Amino acid sequence: MPSVVVDGLTKTFKVPVREEGFLNSLKSLVHRTYRNVEAVRDISFTLDPGEVVGFLGPNGAGKTTTLKMLSGLLYPTAGHASVIGFDPSERRPEFLTRVALIMGNRNSLMWDLPVADSLDVRKAIYSIGDADYRARRERFTEMLDVGDLLTKPVRNLSLGERMKVEILAALLPAPPVLFLDEPTLGLDLSMQKRIRRFVAAYAEDEGATILLTSHYMADVTALCERVIVIHRGSKLFDGDLSELSDRFGALKTITVSVTGSLPDLSGYATVTERTADKAVLSLPRGEVAGVASRLLANLDVLDLSIEDPPIEDVIERTFASGDEEPSVTATPE
Amino acid sequence: MRRLLPIYMVEARAAVQRQAQYRGAAFISVLGFLIEPIVYLIVWRTVAEQAGPINGYGVDQFTSYYIVWTLVRVFNLALAPGAWDWWVRTGRIANDLLHPVNPYHRQLASMAGAKVVWITLWIPVAVFLTILFRPDFSPNLLEGSVFLITAWAGYVIRFNVLWLLGLVSFWTTRAQALIEVVIAMELLLSGRLVPMAVMPSWVQTVSGWLPFKWTFQFPIEVLIGQLTTGEIWRGMAMQALWMGLSGLAIVAVWRNAIRKFTAVGT
Repeated sequence: MPSVVVDGLTKTFKVPVREEGFLNSLKSLVHRTYRNVEAVRDISFTLDPGEVVGFLGPNGAGKTTTLKMLSGLLYPTAGHASVIGFDPSERRPEFLTRVALIMGNRNSLMWDLPVADSLDVRKAIYSIGDADYRARRERFTEMLDVGDLLTKPVRNLSLGERMKVEILAALLPAPPVLFLDEPTLGLDLSMQKRIRRFVAAYAEDEGATILLTSHYMADVTALCERVIVIHRGSKLFDGDLSELSDRFGALKTITVSVTGSLPDLSGYATVTERTADKAVLSLPRGEVAGVASRLLANLDVLDLSIEDPPIEDVIERTFASGDEEPSVTATPE
Repeated sequence: MRRLLPIYMVEARAAVQRQAQYRGAAFISVLGFLIEPIVYLIVWRTVAEQAGPINGYGVDQFTSYYIVWTLVRVFNLALAPGAWDWWVRTGRIANDLLHPVNPYHRQLASMAGAKVVWITLWIPVAVFLTILFRPDFSPNLLEGSVFLITAWAGYVIRFNVLWLLGLVSFWTTRAQALIEVVIAMELLLSGRLVPMAVMPSWVQTVSGWLPFKWTFQFPIEVLIGQLTTGEIWRGMAMQALWMGLSGLAIVAVWRNAIRKFTAVGT
């Protein structure tokens, strides 16, 4: 049975239309007009227990709105969601105890008090037993290497330190479902890596289901085999990360080095980079085998490598496809 | 209730820690709260000195009333009206809505905890006012105990009224105007500006049926010994009624308010 079932979830915000100019401002006193903004349109997917899934999309795509609906913060306009058997919009305490939404760059701890005091408050709010509390606090503290931060007031912590203790606090109740919204936003590379490692270990140890949004593709490639891509509130793709490359990363690259000087290779494919003895070619994936064979046959090749395009390029192409054709059919699981 | 008790305890304790950490700022805040009644005290003492007693309130009565007022004010301080607007408009409330406990309980406990520090800081101010104005009242243990009950009940009623007003922020992020109207009503109908005995009788009748008087004037009168036993029981019944009504209203409005939350700013 899936941990998360999302069926036709839709969120529409009614926003007032503000026209410019003094007369329009006066007019709005007696007659106000509104328009509907569809932040999320008819999204459906399921997440199995223990799955870690990347939830990707450009800014304003509807990712955070979806996560807020799944965590019970926002009430959907249409559709239905079920998270570990609960309807999030009912906001039952049993549900809220077992689901965590962690938003990067957000502070939910008590600003002026030492971290440990905030953790004590969490213990009471989530009714965590003494033994579980001690064990988890000790384990997560070690994994995140935050032992020396617990006695410091939150206001004195750096952004990265604060994110680590935010994660520690959010996971104290050991939620089986975790929504991570840009957890590494604004952090340096080593801090990003540490948080990735922690999330991976938590998912493995607890068998947690995790839906992760991030603009850092390193987060996604390190943690997720499956990704869901949304754009303008609609789902564009749902499947394996590698499948995403196959579908939207239509071009591959061949890097070839030769002994001596390199001849003109424009007859083989588009040359994107070139030095005296090395070139990078970009070509449709269907032509790769043939072009590689011809290069090996015709040139004195020292080295030849075939690579998928960077995942960032693939994602960019995926979003671009959404701009061209907003209703691209999602791949069924 | 068994589940909520540890939350109330830990939130109140954290509030004490927070206030104690900034004791200078807390002391200045308490002084700020007390400027208002001291102004009223000076004005009405002057009026009573020149015009004589007004409906039973002479210099001594006004002095006792406003000095106890300062303590009641510290008791019934609730979430600042503007705080709700900020809380919702900036999306900070989203953090609290993710928890399995209604933020009402955490805020109620937190404000109650802060009062421990504020009341401690109020003591030197009260001593100073007592030396300066020499109020003429000496409550006994029973009056003191009943006062504590009615003062805390007054806090809960006032907290609930302001919380209900704050819930309007879920529909509009510009609820400040409405809040100011209610605060103005409170000023006139609670005994905050002036003892209700000084007001016209129809105003006194209206105020008896509204919640405001039971958060300000009633606890004050209990401590300065102006009420009969019957009046105290009736007042406590009114407090219980308003706690119940406002509590039920919060439950009803909350269910709808939460559906209107747009999580802006998050």
